[in-house]
Amino acid sequence: MSILVDRNTKVVTQGITGATGLFHTKQALEYGTRVVAGVTPGKGGTTVEGVPVFDTVAEAVRETGANASVIYVPPAFAADAVMEAADAGVELVICITEGIPVLDMVKVKRYLEGRKTRLIGPNCPGVITPGQCKIGIMPGYIHRPGHVGVVSRSGTLTYEAVHQLSTRGIGQSTAVGIGGDPVNGTNFIDVLKMFNDDPDTHAVVMIGEIGGTAEEEAAEWIKANMTKPVAGFIAGATAPPALTSSSWVRRLPGGRYTLPIDKRRMPRP
Amino acid sequence: MNIHEYQGKEILKAYGVSVPRGRVAFSVEEAVRAAEELGGRAVVKAQIHAGGRGKAGGVKVAKSLEQVREYAGQLLGSTLVTHQTGPEGKVVNRLLIEELTDIQKEYYIGLVVDRGSGRVVMMASEEGGTEIEEVAAKTPEKIVKEMIDPAVGLLPFQARKLAYAIHIPKPLVDKAVQFMSGLYRAFVDKDCSVAEINPLVVTGDGNVLALDAKLNFDANGLFRHTELLELRDPNEEDPREQQAAKFGLSYIALDGNIGCMVNGAGLAMATMDIIKYYGGEPANFLDVGGGASTEKVSEAFKIILQDDKVKGILVNIFGGIMKCDVIANGVVEAARQLGLDRPLVVRLEGTNVDLGKKILAESGLKIVPADSMADAAEKIVSLVQ
Repeated sequence: MSILVDRNTKVVTQGITGATGLFHTKQALEYGTRVVAGVTPGKGGTTVEGVPVFDTVAEAVRETGANASVIYVPPAFAADAVMEAADAGVELVICITEGIPVLDMVKVKRYLEGRKTRLIGPNCPGVITPGQCKIGIMPGYIHRPGHVGVVSRSGTLTYEAVHQLSTRGIGQSTAVGIGGDPVNGTNFIDVLKMFNDDPDTHAVVMIGEIGGTAEEEAAEWIKANMTKPVAGFIAGATAPPALTSSSWVRRLPGGRYTLPIDKRRMPRP
Repeated sequence: MNIHEYQGKEILKAYGVSVPRGRVAFSVEEAVRAAEELGGRAVVKAQIHAGGRGKAGGVKVAKSLEQVREYAGQLLGSTLVTHQTGPEGKVVNRLLIEELTDIQKEYYIGLVVDRGSGRVVMMASEEGGTEIEEVAAKTPEKIVKEMIDPAVGLLPFQARKLAYAIHIPKPLVDKAVQFMSGLYRAFVDKDCSVAEINPLVVTGDGNVLALDAKLNFDANGLFRHTELLELRDPNEEDPREQQAAKFGLSYIALDGNIGCMVNGAGLAMATMDIIKYYGGEPANFLDVGGGASTEKVSEAFKIILQDDKVKGILVNIFGGIMKCDVIANGVVEAARQLGLDRPLVVRLEGTNVDLGKKILAESGLKIVPADSMADAAEKIVSLVQ
């Protein structure tokens, strides 16, 4: 078992004919991911790496039964791509695109309310269940199958955590990058719940960073609900004020601000 | 991206948000002429990208043209130090010359994107003129909020609720509602990340005005607002940060002596944490981002080397979307061009890692390879000591 993706996941790549989409589609296919379709408006009817390309996601889903999508389209069009996938009934949408305007994501989040689609990201490395399915831009070879769930806000720090686990002989059940943008589809608690319910996950590594209160909220949830050990790391604990409190811009509503992080509230592994 | 108060007010005016009459001045003569148009008396306000100007002496009330001349002369070219500028302060190059306002009471109105709900939230308080963090810390019950549904925008009843809650005088509630609606439309239209009116004032002649205006724009939204790019003030930005931004790099100068080049903000911060753990001090935060080209990496390297404080460099790259051979080529190219005169530790991992390592090893340059983050940090800290 695992969470979110496994060997039965059928993937449609949105933006498959762009340089990034193409590169990572090849990598996913080599890893063994079932990439069943691609979408690029205007390129329908062609094939890429043996994968049929469609003009719309709805068509791709109808023709191939894809149940997950990965998005590599440029920031200006990415929000539209997420909503198109949701409209087509795709259950899991993983948005890799970095640089989407925040107010576009506010609209996306509203659009997804009441729909069955789960969005991971944007601005994230993706989701991988080692040995079964890799969706995203993470280097596949650093992972190995096992029983530790990994959830992280930071892309490259996820690779670092996974790599350190693998080199110590510890495999992963699933590694999920939720992305570092202020407004995203899935938060720490959503993923922790899934790991808690997954019999194949025995422990969890959670990687956070400074900014926002998501880590603190997750820590509260873990204390109250988690039945499995969780090891946590928050990047930026020594970051100087220049990075964290230089201006009023980083302020959040609700009287809860970005710093300082209360490290004592992270549970002990 | 930040802009000046006078620019913010010009934008808001176009959305029907009332602001005092005023004009920007770059010289004493311009200041005097602007004050003449306002009838001789005026507020002279220093324009810098930082709050706390009033307390620092950057806002002066002139009762005559002579005083306008005097204050403008004092402020232009002076360095203003506020709690937001850092000890080095900021040089005043522009002034806002504004009409005097008969203030009856000050309020606060702000808009931000709330991470938790993924919605824009409007905050209001009757504790205007005070920093909102202070209000939040001391009297959080005095901040009222409305979450805004993006499908319908800020609804009039929400604005009325806020206006009543902060006790705007009843005859002026409709004007306050108009004010808030305009502010919200400007926020959404211009892709703001923060909009703050502190204070919003009610005047003796029954107006609702923005006495100050802070607008900050979402960098990700700027591609569809070329008109905003023209409002950039290069004097307000660190030249190295500007140079970095041109190449899509995030760079922030710090006080230490170990230059860092990392991909990803999280890994960059973790790298700084581990440098500190081994007793070193990072000279900068530099995230080369995803999808970097050889040119981008080489620029990043140049920016680090330009800093004389840098005694050694740590490159920590975990390639995902970024290929290690691209990084290696960028590093080698920049090191050759600039002449590598300081210790360089490189840690590469990820896509095409072997090719990357080979490029570094065959470059003939004195590059110290590292196998892990901890190994890299330990090596660079000992090399700069």
